[in-house]
Amino acid sequence: MIEARNIWKSFENRDVIQDITVSFKPGKANLIIGRSGSGKTVLMKCLIGLMDIDRGSILYDDRNFSSMNRFEKKLVRQEIGMLFQGGALFDSMNVEQNVMFPLSMFTDWEDEQKLERVNFCLARVDLKGVNHLMPSELSGGMKKRVAIARAIVNQPKYLFCDEPNSGLDPQTSLVIDSLIYEITQEYHMTTVVNTHDMNSVIGIGDTIAFIHNGKLWWTGDKETILETDNPEINQFLFSSELTGKFKSTLQKQK
Amino acid sequence: MNIFWHIGKYTLLMKQVFTKPDKQKIYYRQLFIEFQNLGIESMGIVAIISVFMGAVVAIQTAYNIDSPLIPLSLVGYTTRQSVILEFSPTIIGLILAGKVGSRIASEIGTMRVTEQIDAIEIMGINPANFLIAPKINAAMMINPVIVIYSMMFSIFGGWVAAVSTGVVTSADFIKGVQLDFEAFTIVYALIKTIVFAFIITSVSAYHGYYTEGGALEVGRASTKAVVQSSILIILFNLILTQLLLL
Repeated sequence: MIEARNIWKSFENRDVIQDITVSFKPGKANLIIGRSGSGKTVLMKCLIGLMDIDRGSILYDDRNFSSMNRFEKKLVRQEIGMLFQGGALFDSMNVEQNVMFPLSMFTDWEDEQKLERVNFCLARVDLKGVNHLMPSELSGGMKKRVAIARAIVNQPKYLFCDEPNSGLDPQTSLVIDSLIYEITQEYHMTTVVNTHDMNSVIGIGDTIAFIHNGKLWWTGDKETILETDNPEINQFLFSSELTGKFKSTLQKQK
Repeated sequence: MNIFWHIGKYTLLMKQVFTKPDKQKIYYRQLFIEFQNLGIESMGIVAIISVFMGAVVAIQTAYNIDSPLIPLSLVGYTTRQSVILEFSPTIIGLILAGKVGSRIASEIGTMRVTEQIDAIEIMGINPANFLIAPKINAAMMINPVIVIYSMMFSIFGGWVAAVSTGVVTSADFIKGVQLDFEAFTIVYALIKTIVFAFIITSVSAYHGYYTEGGALEVGRASTKAVVQSSILIILFNLILTQLLLL
């Protein structure tokens, strides 16, 4: 489990994260949602230690990550997998080398053993025969899948996904969402997904934390979010014509 | 104040760079890749520039010898001294600041803006050490080889120009090249080269590593890297010459 306790983060006297306390459960897809500029990306960067928090604490299975020294943080980070918004695949390496990279850095496995694990992970994300392609030769959806394969190759305990569906068509987004959800349950990982995709909210939101103006505004799950009267959430979720129609259909069914 | 802020930030980055690599085997592999990227790939341009540089020095020296009392072997001697003391280490250093410096700044800058450096950090790897240390160490090892190679091509260029234009005979030129040779001049040139290699790679890596924004900022970082490396090379050229030759 990952916990954030009363965390604060400011930039040039502007509080971007204000007193947020939230926990993310293992074996669940924990979503952080909110409008652009609400502070959800900063929250995620604080959780993984890419940004230092000003106050509060972050705990990984009761280990206080925010008070750890560099070496201790390094050990925790080896238990983290991360899927970045653009994939963040290494341009100079092909698909196989990208996925193999964490294994080469942190294991003493033989090349054959590493290749077997890489092929297993690539097959798990439905990619076969792409080992020798370069990132520039892949589509957006394929890049995300390779990034997922790289994130899970070391069997991490914690998986972070930063807007996994950005730049993808709705169909591919669903594939990526279901892949993240399946992997989370299969490996019993604590998965934290940062998104503003309505389909992800309804599809995989085991727990949902809504961030508004840097504050934790609401917590719940994919069932309760559709029934809440919170005006900010309703404005966020049902702002488009299509989602507005969806909301009115739900109300009529009631 | 701004300059002190940058010096402090640069020093802290170098502290992160010069730590024990996370995995020795990967470090050595990266080092050999950088020998290729920063060294072997620069050999062509260095050879071309060196030949012409040596040729020009030889012709200009010959042009300036008016008195029949001055032996023509001086053309070979002056070409050798100019090339070893100044042209090969400094001019090639400036050429490499443009070629290698812009490459390093844009490569690392692109990795920064596309979150590849964040990805390395999240994996629990020290990105500064992983990305920058092999580049600095490779350049400090391969640049002296490049400069020696440049000296050979420059003297050869001088010989070709001097003999083919008929201003000096081959025997006179070679006699001049061999005259009064002091091995310390080579040591001096190599010390300068190693310092310049460190400046080029570390300053360029610094600008790339702290790039913020997108493609435009990567371009700006690359330009800053070349300009600042070149200025520092010229400044340290004077400092090292004062320290080592006087």
